Amino acid sequence: MNIVDPPLGRLQWSSLPFWDMLQHPTKGNIINGLIATGAASLVVIGAIALVVLLTKYKLWRPLWSNWLTSPDHKKIGIMYVVIALVMLARALIEAVLMRGQQAFGLGGGFLSPEHFAQLFSTHGTIMIFFMAMPFLTGVINYVMPMQIGARDVSFPVLNSISLGLTAAGAALVMVSLVIGKFSTGGWFGYPPYTEANFSPGVGPDYWIWALSLAGLGSTLTGINFAVTIYKERAPGMQWMRMPLFTWTALCTAIIMIFAMPPLTVATAQLALDRYLGFHYFTNALGGNMMNFANLFWLFGHPEVYILILPAFGVYSETISTFSGKALFGYRSLVMATMAIALLSFTVWLHHFFTMGQNANINAVFGIASMLIGIPTGVKIYDWMWTMFRGRVRFTVPMVYALGFIVLFVLGGMSGILLANPTIDYQVHNTVFLVAHFHNVAVPGVLFGMLSAYHFWFPKAFGFRLNERWGMISALCWIFGFVGAFFPLYALGIMGLPRRTVAYTEARYVPLEWMAFLGALLILVALLALLWQLWLSIRDRADNRVFVGDPWAGRSLEWANSAPPPEYNFAVIPQIESRDAFTAAKEQGRAYLRPDTYVDIELPKNSAMGPAIAAISFALAFGLVWHIWWLVILCFLAAIASMIIRGFARDTRRIVSAQQVRQEHHRWIDAVDQATAISRADECTSVNVGLARQEADGVVP
Amino acid sequence: MSEQAIKHPGLNLGPAHGKDDEAAGTVMFGFWVFLMSDAILFAMVFATYVTSLHATAGGPGPRDLYDIKSVFIETMLLLASSFTFGMASLALKYKHRKARLIGWMVVTLVLGVAFLGFELHDFSSMFVKGGVPSRSGFLSAFFDLVPLHGLHVTAGGIWLICLVGQIVRYGLDTKTKLGIMRLALFWHFLDIVWIAIFSVVYLAGLT
Repeated sequence: MNIVDPPLGRLQWSSLPFWDMLQHPTKGNIINGLIATGAASLVVIGAIALVVLLTKYKLWRPLWSNWLTSPDHKKIGIMYVVIALVMLARALIEAVLMRGQQAFGLGGGFLSPEHFAQLFSTHGTIMIFFMAMPFLTGVINYVMPMQIGARDVSFPVLNSISLGLTAAGAALVMVSLVIGKFSTGGWFGYPPYTEANFSPGVGPDYWIWALSLAGLGSTLTGINFAVTIYKERAPGMQWMRMPLFTWTALCTAIIMIFAMPPLTVATAQLALDRYLGFHYFTNALGGNMMNFANLFWLFGHPEVYILILPAFGVYSETISTFSGKALFGYRSLVMATMAIALLSFTVWLHHFFTMGQNANINAVFGIASMLIGIPTGVKIYDWMWTMFRGRVRFTVPMVYALGFIVLFVLGGMSGILLANPTIDYQVHNTVFLVAHFHNVAVPGVLFGMLSAYHFWFPKAFGFRLNERWGMISALCWIFGFVGAFFPLYALGIMGLPRRTVAYTEARYVPLEWMAFLGALLILVALLALLWQLWLSIRDRADNRVFVGDPWAGRSLEWANSAPPPEYNFAVIPQIESRDAFTAAKEQGRAYLRPDTYVDIELPKNSAMGPAIAAISFALAFGLVWHIWWLVILCFLAAIASMIIRGFARDTRRIVSAQQVRQEHHRWIDAVDQATAISRADECTSVNVGLARQEADGVVP
Repeated sequence: MSEQAIKHPGLNLGPAHGKDDEAAGTVMFGFWVFLMSDAILFAMVFATYVTSLHATAGGPGPRDLYDIKSVFIETMLLLASSFTFGMASLALKYKHRKARLIGWMVVTLVLGVAFLGFELHDFSSMFVKGGVPSRSGFLSAFFDLVPLHGLHVTAGGIWLICLVGQIVRYGLDTKTKLGIMRLALFWHFLDIVWIAIFSVVYLAGLT
């Protein structure tokens, strides 16, 4: 095999999105070509604009040394969330396009079936792997080490490498918009359809390598988070004193460690089938596609709980904080979280009840699936009891939490229905299922992440987000969701299959239009979110909360300035009870000047993260397009970079006690000058981040 | 119970190593967790193999392809290499001469390379008999599992060479010590996986 001929593998002019439209200018081709080219242009223009802005404002060096190479868990967390928000915007626009197509889909519509298939495949892949996963990983990264009173995660450079792998995967999906076409096989890419003889193009290859990179990144992240929680807790931070968000982070990390390998195996085997003619999942010569279904969902179902558990953790924090009460039933919430983590591995088969196993097996998995409703129900009651007789404040994070409680219960109910194999047979592969999993994923995961975004933003950036536009956005999300997905329950029962580009039943049309309008309202919600961010940055001087505790927080991430120093705590806190920061405030030891400060050791910046990102992206791109010299080069570069890192020694630096003292005193001075505010004023500019102490749960 | 007594085996160097012993706690625990994840990876590939055992599609099966003599020699080589790495670990723990430590590591490497040589020879003789991965689901599964282990051993070998390089360059500092401890775990882990391969693939395949 000649590795340099052709030098660009199978990359050709026809890989560009407007090629078909120019060669065969039919009406359909032109519409699809314009949409694809428009999307590609957005990516290219966005990238160019970013480069221009960075150059114009001379930001390359700060970007490199303050962000990309930083091993600081807080910065890595923020970068994860940035990736998530960018990918959210793309996947949401795709969703609106799909709902638009279906609204006009009676006997046709404007999208070709292939284009539609690409849209639902990228939408699902992005929302799971490049929106929800980076979002929750980012939030955990930012919050969890501070909640346990640590200076950083256990392996900071590995953390940066995980980010690099996720970013490379996301970049690959973005590039697929411009060069070539993404998979049409859905987010779970079932073979044999995705095998080389049915999908010979580059689509499934983009999917395989994007998922492989993201999956590897998540495995490493899971290891990192679990070890951090086991090993880096501050003195006195016993298991049953950990904030609930940290508990959910632990369970999510454990699931990541065990559930990611099956995905790695499934995608690797599919790649071997496609690249080297193996027969894992082919129709002929002893291939068995059921192995793929089992492997994929052995990952895929626990994945669902990787996504939802951190959101449960966020709701536990926001509901408790904005009710001004300790969490009700802490112990039961911990047990429920653990129970869900365990059960998550016992239900994967319910994703394919109809694929031919016998009824008894289906019954076992059906019952196991229903069991998950029990710990989840416990949680819902705990959250409601937390609010009961609390002093509930309707801030943006709280509105998301309330929307979640109502809508998620409905989604859970439809899940209980689907867990019954006999019912599943009826609605299998209809949009009823689409309605169900969006009903748990959007109000569950996404609302949770948005709640977290509004809750911890002031901590991360030192100023509060605009409350009014946050509220508008939250309401648009909630009602947009109801509009977009409740009609799908009805459509599913009426028999509309999922993933169909067009239909012939005229009675679907009104409900399809309702769903389309709901999707547009969600688009408004996203725009409101962006507008809110812009307004908040513009008015940041009025909303500063440098003192660091804008919401009368209860756990340790509020026990430092906003934004926090890079070492998190000048002195590692000593924990004596649950809700450690509330206890410290009540006992008057939250804002003390210690007698002595000591030097703090931190990891030095490392180029490993960005290097691995660049190398793995180029490696995957080479694999997709069969550019073998690039593949070999990048493979060697990846090994070389790890060996070089192994030989690195001078990897730690010291923050002097003098500097720590100076920064800490600056913060305590600010605390001394600040006026403590009551909760009634927390959304006004008098809130500088110092909370007046009020007794738990007092009704005024 | 003293602090030392509750430390788990495989996580520490012993109190004589002072600061390095403390540093081992987190790093070694992290590596154990990684191995757990890696074990799941192997478990999935084992499951693929077991479910594909009869998917020979009319092609050659285990009896036509496996050579138990060669596999037995491979097993002995790998077990011996685990023993020699154990000697290296003891040399590290009890602060023997550096030359002795490096010596045991080099012996381990030689045994590992010999193992890989025999394994590659096995594969090529399977190829000659028509046992190529694209022939059947069974052979695909075989060539997923056994070479995956071989790749791990190769990676371990490269890592070993790098560690010897680090000993020569920096002596036995914290990072080198922790590297040797982790590689030791990795090497023994691969030994255990090989025992599973020997039993599930070769012994069960030939009975």
